[in-house]
Amino acid sequence: MSRLLPTLLIASMILSGCAKPKPQGFSGSITLVGSTALMPLADAAAKQFMAKNPNARILVQGGGSGTGLTQVSSGAAHIGMSDIFAEEKSGIDASKLKDHKVCVVGFAAVVNPDTGVTNLTKKQLIDIFTGKITNWNQVGGADKKIVLINRTKGSGTRAAFTKYALDGNEAIESTTEESSGSVAKMVAETPGAISYLALSYLNDSIRALKIDGIEPTKENISTGKYPVWSYEHMYTLGEPQGLTKAFLDYMMTDEVQRGPVVEGGYIPIVDMKTSR
Amino acid sequence: MRAARREDVIANIVIWSIAIAIIALLSVLLAYLLVRGVRYIDIGFLVKPPEVIRAGGGVGPLIFNSFYLLVLSMLITLPLGVGAGVYLSEYARQNEFTRAIRLSTQALSSLPSIVVGLFGLLVFVNATGWGYSLMAGALALTMLNLPVVVSITEQSIRAVPKDFREASLALGATTWETVWNVVLPSALPGILTGAIIAAGRAFGEAAALLYTSGMSSPPLDFTDWNPAHPISPLNPFRPAETLAVHIYKINSEGLLPDLRRIADGSAAILVLVVLAFDLLSRYLVTRLVNKT
Amino acid sequence: MNLRKRLYRDRLARTMLMVCASILILAIVAIFFFVSSKGLATFIVNGISPVEFFTESRWLPDRPAAEGGPVIGILPFVVGSVCVCSLAVLISSVFSVGAAVFMAEISPVFGQRILRGAMELFVGIPSVVYGWTGLSILVPFIRNHLGGLGFSWLAGSLVLSVMILPTITSVSLDALRSLPTDLKEASLALGATRWQTIRYALLPAARPGIATAIVLGLARAFGEALAVQMVVGNKKVIPHSVLDQTITLTSGITMEMGHSIMGSLWNNALWSMALVLMLISLLFIVIINKLSKGSAYR
Repeated sequence: MSRLLPTLLIASMILSGCAKPKPQGFSGSITLVGSTALMPLADAAAKQFMAKNPNARILVQGGGSGTGLTQVSSGAAHIGMSDIFAEEKSGIDASKLKDHKVCVVGFAAVVNPDTGVTNLTKKQLIDIFTGKITNWNQVGGADKKIVLINRTKGSGTRAAFTKYALDGNEAIESTTEESSGSVAKMVAETPGAISYLALSYLNDSIRALKIDGIEPTKENISTGKYPVWSYEHMYTLGEPQGLTKAFLDYMMTDEVQRGPVVEGGYIPIVDMKTSR
Repeated sequence: MRAARREDVIANIVIWSIAIAIIALLSVLLAYLLVRGVRYIDIGFLVKPPEVIRAGGGVGPLIFNSFYLLVLSMLITLPLGVGAGVYLSEYARQNEFTRAIRLSTQALSSLPSIVVGLFGLLVFVNATGWGYSLMAGALALTMLNLPVVVSITEQSIRAVPKDFREASLALGATTWETVWNVVLPSALPGILTGAIIAAGRAFGEAAALLYTSGMSSPPLDFTDWNPAHPISPLNPFRPAETLAVHIYKINSEGLLPDLRRIADGSAAILVLVVLAFDLLSRYLVTRLVNKT
Repeated sequence: MNLRKRLYRDRLARTMLMVCASILILAIVAIFFFVSSKGLATFIVNGISPVEFFTESRWLPDRPAAEGGPVIGILPFVVGSVCVCSLAVLISSVFSVGAAVFMAEISPVFGQRILRGAMELFVGIPSVVYGWTGLSILVPFIRNHLGGLGFSWLAGSLVLSVMILPTITSVSLDALRSLPTDLKEASLALGATRWQTIRYALLPAARPGIATAIVLGLARAFGEALAVQMVVGNKKVIPHSVLDQTITLTSGITMEMGHSIMGSLWNNALWSMALVLMLISLLFIVIINKLSKGSAYR
């Protein structure tokens, strides 16, 4: 028996190469790898797509934006999911990759409500994250020490926040969390804490700040008033073809843009009145 | 002398309290994990597929993945590990080759599992072209578990009395016949214990699997048992997220609204399985030992 | 079956078993080769100086050339690992050696029945479960009662100390059990109390074995990744107090591996950290072998 099982496995694998099911809708198998922020959306869209095309197989895997870009460039994955423009990652030949922007994510600076602050200017925000301001009373809040919490370097959230909220100024070294979920929890539980989160993570126990008086809402982002947002990208090596193209087209339909995109707290790309 | 006596009493109390503290810690830990987690475990939790954004998901396919990965890795680990253990105890001479094997076993056993996982990423995932897959995960687990199985096999074979072998050899049996018919059966309880320890480790391992079997599973069709189909649960070349990896993943993504429920429930399942393995090994060992 | 066939099978079995054993050598050589080839690329391909790599305390692997280019320094990771692991071993050794003495000398029956079973269960609990428990009990406890953010050096050390408890206990126990009974009897015959016997005769005699146990515990602590990452806070600075957040080599790798591009300097630097981890674990083996040689002469 112990010898039979592997033999069977191998034999059936060879056989399967020959037996192709009859096409009904799209068929074949593609792999998406990358950003954990985009993965839930891709996963939900893939499930819907496969329900309509029973012979198509769409495998969605995480691993991070870096992994996604690496694997799509080397041809190991059909689609690389990334929170960041490929041009902004060192070590990637972005000219070979084709960008498909599938949705937008907005980010807000968040604080523990006890800080007594509801609005910060961009200058103040930069000074806080670069360590020049260390107490909330320097920006009109309570007399409390500022506790910085960062996301992992290289995460899409941190990259977008650094670029669009801090104008490229790197935050000083601080507690670093791997996940947005634990950032939300820590900010809520730590007096004087400040961090940044995607809009979908906001809840009642933390306070999202206005930046220069503008509230971080979907409306303000789609009209271009609020600057801290980024695209979610699906990259392909060259022009997409076959099932890859079909799936990318499907991502742009209302079934996805009005369905999982909205449910997951992303902003539909079709609603954006501004672009980068 | 009185001082010495008093010191003796104090030391006694201290050491007893250490022993009791350790037991208390374990009891509290287990009670906490089970009490918090077991209330979430119901049929839905055990069979439903996991969710990524919405609440209400289960861990069904993840439990399947954990067990299937364990079976796959044991299919590779046991023959290799027992074989190497038999070689070391029955055949190996005192030479450089044997020394090299022993040193490798020792080195392998102390390697951090994350290093093994990264090696797996390079070789089993990328170089083979399999991508994140059960097979890559099973091979990584094999590397982690081989040293355990080898050394336990060797120990239990050495514990087999010399007379057994001499009697068999005197009857004209070859070395291999002696090993197969006499030595291995007597060493079986020990080897089984080793196998169960390895299985427990495989079940709970996460660091080495993040980079080899991956952090996601394709949707599975539990009516399709042809291992060659991409959505068949038995396909060894599909990515597979295990229960232990899932706890880590949902924490690091932090997207699930009911993260606590899923993590507590999954942790309780892991602990229950560990307890079951432990009881199983005790039961098997006492039964086998009493029989022989 | 005739004799020739039987002898042939005997030789065949021997060869097959030898192949099984050779796979162990192959595995370690392959791991060593692949991890080194990736890990050394940082120095050979990217030209980072090894001295800077170990002594620099800034980690800016993706800083654009316009701002001065990347800086790769793993000092905070190394110091963090050393801090977290040594405190863990310190805490764990006291309990482990106590438990081993208990099982060997004080109450072998109770020890055998319950404490050994407890140790087996401690080993069996998966590391993510330790991490999750640390995250949900220990971190809030430290935050509310000791101060700081909760995520801390202390939290990492406490979680690790439980995880390495069984390792140190079982190896220390073996060391105590392997002592000749004469030693104990002689000491007791001289009128020493049980504690004096343990303290002045048994523990010193078992010292090499206990040292081995502690080194093995340290090795295990250094290699543990996920449980530690979940509770230490992952701040890349050198900690000043046990309530400060810190980062370890393993948690640095798990956090950033997926965010970097295979083949880039950043990714290579993470592989170099894996190489450092591997070399540390080999170093521990060398130490253990030295220790056991030492004990053979005693």
